[in-house]
Amino acid sequence: MTIIRLLSRPVRGALLAAALSLPIAPLASRAEEAVDPAAWTDVLAKAKGQTVYFHAWGGEPRINAYIAWAGKQLQQRHGIAVEQVKVDDTANVVARIVAEKAAGKESGGAVDLVWINGENFVSLKKAGLLMSPGWATKLPNWPLVDVENKPAVVTDFTEPTDGQESPWGMAKLVFMHDTGTLAEPPKTLAALAEHVKANPGRFTYPQPPNFHGSTFLKQVLATTIADRAKLSRPADPASFEADVAPLFAYLDALHPNMWRQGRAFPQNQPALRQLLADGEIDIAFTFNPAGASAAIAAGELPDTVRTFVLDGGTIGNAHFVAIPFNANAKAGALVLADFLLSPEAQARKQDPPIWGDPTVLAVERLEAADRERFAALDLGIATLSPEELGPVIEEPHASWMVELERAWTARYASQ
Amino acid sequence: MLRLAPVLALALMLGPVAAGLLGTLLPAAGYVPVLGGTAVSLEPLRMLLTQPGIGMSAALSLGTGLVATFGAFAAVILFTAAFEGTRFFRALRRLLSPLMAVPHAAAAFGLAFLIAPSGFAMRLLSPWATGFQRPPDLLIVGDPLGLTMTLGLMAKEIPFLFLMLLAALPQADALRSRRVAASLGYAPVAAWLTTVLPRVYPQIRLPVFAVLAYATSVVDVALILGPTTPPPLAVRLTGWMNDPDLSLRFMASAGALAQLGLSLLAILVWMIGERLAAKLGRRWIESGRRSAAEPLAAALSGTAMVALAGAMLAGLALLALWSVAGPWRFPDPLPHHLTLRAWTMHAHAAGDAIAVTIAIALPVVIVAIALALACLEGETRDGRTIRHRSLPLLYLPLIVPQIAFVFGLQVLFLMAGLHDTLLAVALGHMVFVLPYVFLALSDPWRAIDPRYGHMAGALGASPARTFWRVRLPLARKAVATAAALGFAVSVAQYLPTLLIGGGRISTVTTEAVALAAGGNRQLVGIYALLQMLLPFAAFLLAAAVPGIAHRRRPENEATA
Repeated sequence: MTIIRLLSRPVRGALLAAALSLPIAPLASRAEEAVDPAAWTDVLAKAKGQTVYFHAWGGEPRINAYIAWAGKQLQQRHGIAVEQVKVDDTANVVARIVAEKAAGKESGGAVDLVWINGENFVSLKKAGLLMSPGWATKLPNWPLVDVENKPAVVTDFTEPTDGQESPWGMAKLVFMHDTGTLAEPPKTLAALAEHVKANPGRFTYPQPPNFHGSTFLKQVLATTIADRAKLSRPADPASFEADVAPLFAYLDALHPNMWRQGRAFPQNQPALRQLLADGEIDIAFTFNPAGASAAIAAGELPDTVRTFVLDGGTIGNAHFVAIPFNANAKAGALVLADFLLSPEAQARKQDPPIWGDPTVLAVERLEAADRERFAALDLGIATLSPEELGPVIEEPHASWMVELERAWTARYASQ
Repeated sequence: MLRLAPVLALALMLGPVAAGLLGTLLPAAGYVPVLGGTAVSLEPLRMLLTQPGIGMSAALSLGTGLVATFGAFAAVILFTAAFEGTRFFRALRRLLSPLMAVPHAAAAFGLAFLIAPSGFAMRLLSPWATGFQRPPDLLIVGDPLGLTMTLGLMAKEIPFLFLMLLAALPQADALRSRRVAASLGYAPVAAWLTTVLPRVYPQIRLPVFAVLAYATSVVDVALILGPTTPPPLAVRLTGWMNDPDLSLRFMASAGALAQLGLSLLAILVWMIGERLAAKLGRRWIESGRRSAAEPLAAALSGTAMVALAGAMLAGLALLALWSVAGPWRFPDPLPHHLTLRAWTMHAHAAGDAIAVTIAIALPVVIVAIALALACLEGETRDGRTIRHRSLPLLYLPLIVPQIAFVFGLQVLFLMAGLHDTLLAVALGHMVFVLPYVFLALSDPWRAIDPRYGHMAGALGASPARTFWRVRLPLARKAVATAAALGFAVSVAQYLPTLLIGGGRISTVTTEAVALAAGGNRQLVGIYALLQMLLPFAAFLLAAAVPGIAHRRRPENEATA
């Protein structure tokens, strides 16, 4: 979710701070604040009275309300204030942290906690801009995380998390259709192509490099590539052309019959959903399995919309929270990260009217009372049960996405 | 003291622009040590040029910017030529003035809500006239040539150019010139174009350049109405600057320089056009032709002005309607029911954002007005105008595309340790507020008859007393209007607020853009309305306050 690149991309080349190559502040000032999540009472004591600036995508009012709720709990229970900094693109937060590093700001940084995954995480991890490894796995609630069945919680786009980010929720690509206009949706990519051919102008996808658009490309890639095992390794420039040839053959055939003949694209997932709501298209998709139910509850989609998945599985991943190396309120950020992992917070998050984001916890391992929290959830009329969600196709290595986006843009968005 | 004012004002406006440009230049040349760029090279530029569709992007920026500016300019000029002095003209003047305060993004959203295939116009016609039960698959918003975007930019720039022209007209003695020309047998448009335009144009030239620079580098309007395959250059730059792949920053900076060049190129093209027009105009005057396709000019410009102003007003009404709309499906002409749900849900957050917005704008406007007055008063006392030397400098922050220098501002504040503070954001706003306040204030101030001052002096008043008791009261209306304009400019600032505030300072505008990203039309409606209401309130206040002050000070009855 955090890497959704949205409609509005403000210029925040914060990074260009670096440009002036300011005299880097003396390294002596580097005072690594000693917070050890293994000593939790110590963390709680340090956190009291802190203000945690939580940088999180702010485009969804339901999610903002959830974060505000979490903040209120932290204030009441631990005396920690939480301020959500509503960002419209997590890449800007990355830029901000890099700029602070460039300016020699080794402590007291602007970002205490950031909602993150995928390439943004990889960027920060590779540049050494995250809090020292291992903190996530030392959180008191960590043992409840379902590492066995949800490997994505420790492997973010094939990149090991090394405990440098704490899982927050699961995502899986699901499709939506309005039964009012389309009773039987196509369940395979081939059937989708047939449907689009027979009903011109009624299908589209967000324009890559938008996150959801790229995910659709990855779904097609994973389905069409000859050897899917290749996707877990970095893309090989030598064979890339051949690997993606079937993908582009599929899109070449699809585009002429797409919405606006493939000459224009919605810019993000909410825009795609809006097209479905307006009746402009027959099929939309989302990374939130309860997204359709939540949108129906909010009056954003007609109640005739239902969810489906493709035979053979769809792309799935996890999203996380991370603490930058120079965070000002590390103790408070740790407490917030831990609270977000608690069964209470996770169950609330999975409730479709609240958010509908699937939990990262192993529900069957929870205490009875906590299991009941999840059992009591009404997942909504348009949400598939965990069994119906089908198998997960793992995210390809991040390099595939970068190359795919480049190739897609050269082919379809530069005439 | 007064002598320092111009220096301080220029430093506040130009210092950040210069620093910001330097901050763009270094990475564009490949020099950013933390990112591994230690050698100066042309590599970023080379990378930029190999981007697919980069030529098309540049052509789009240049083309839409030039066409939109020329369209708005031609409509305003011909309309004034054809209708000045008529009731129709006065009516449109009243209609257009408040539209100037409408933020670009709000206007663009309104237009999109109106003319998209699922928009209001199509809903009104469907299904009874069109037979459409579902929105037709028409490429209107986001067309590859940027026609809709051009239209949107035109609609938004017309009120600005119109008001600039109206401000300049009195000095051109337009009505009398036209009367003389008419007595020589010239038809109205021909009379205006030959006698008034040559004198009025030099005064609106810099505003036209500002519009050109803006239209060729616009991001928000382009995102809402513009093409995406490929998008205009500024939009792509923004994307690269935000890309998690940090190495793209070099190319983005090179692109920012290219954007600067592109905007300058647009101005150059315009200047060549000026030469050409002057030559043709002179030939026309010498030919003695008495008319200029009068009915056509009147019909075209009248239609364009009314249609665009009407579209904008309708769009704004639609924003208001969407903000209270319940379910509203195509092709229903009206929402199923009205609800305040979205408003009540966001009242709290909106209240906070409004408070922060005012907390920044108010002090900025007060300081800007004080500085501008100090400069102008110093000028009056010295008995000279620094106008012609300083005017281009004043326009510099408005002509250099924001995208080319605004991140350098952040560096400046990081160095000063002021980033993330209200003070820093306010200083960032000052760069853009000061020029507008100056522009709005200087002409009315210079128009004050100097004899009032001389008289006060002769009666024994000190210079300070003359300022406070004579000149300032005479200029109060202009001061109020300039303050309202400055306020509006501060409210609309997006990039400086976000950059320098580090995302911690949330104004109505930053909230609007963050939430607009979610594509929720109710929310877009609410925040676009709020973005509009604040400046409107300021202008209303500006209209009311001088009147009240006037009533309390009967001794200052005289007006210039």
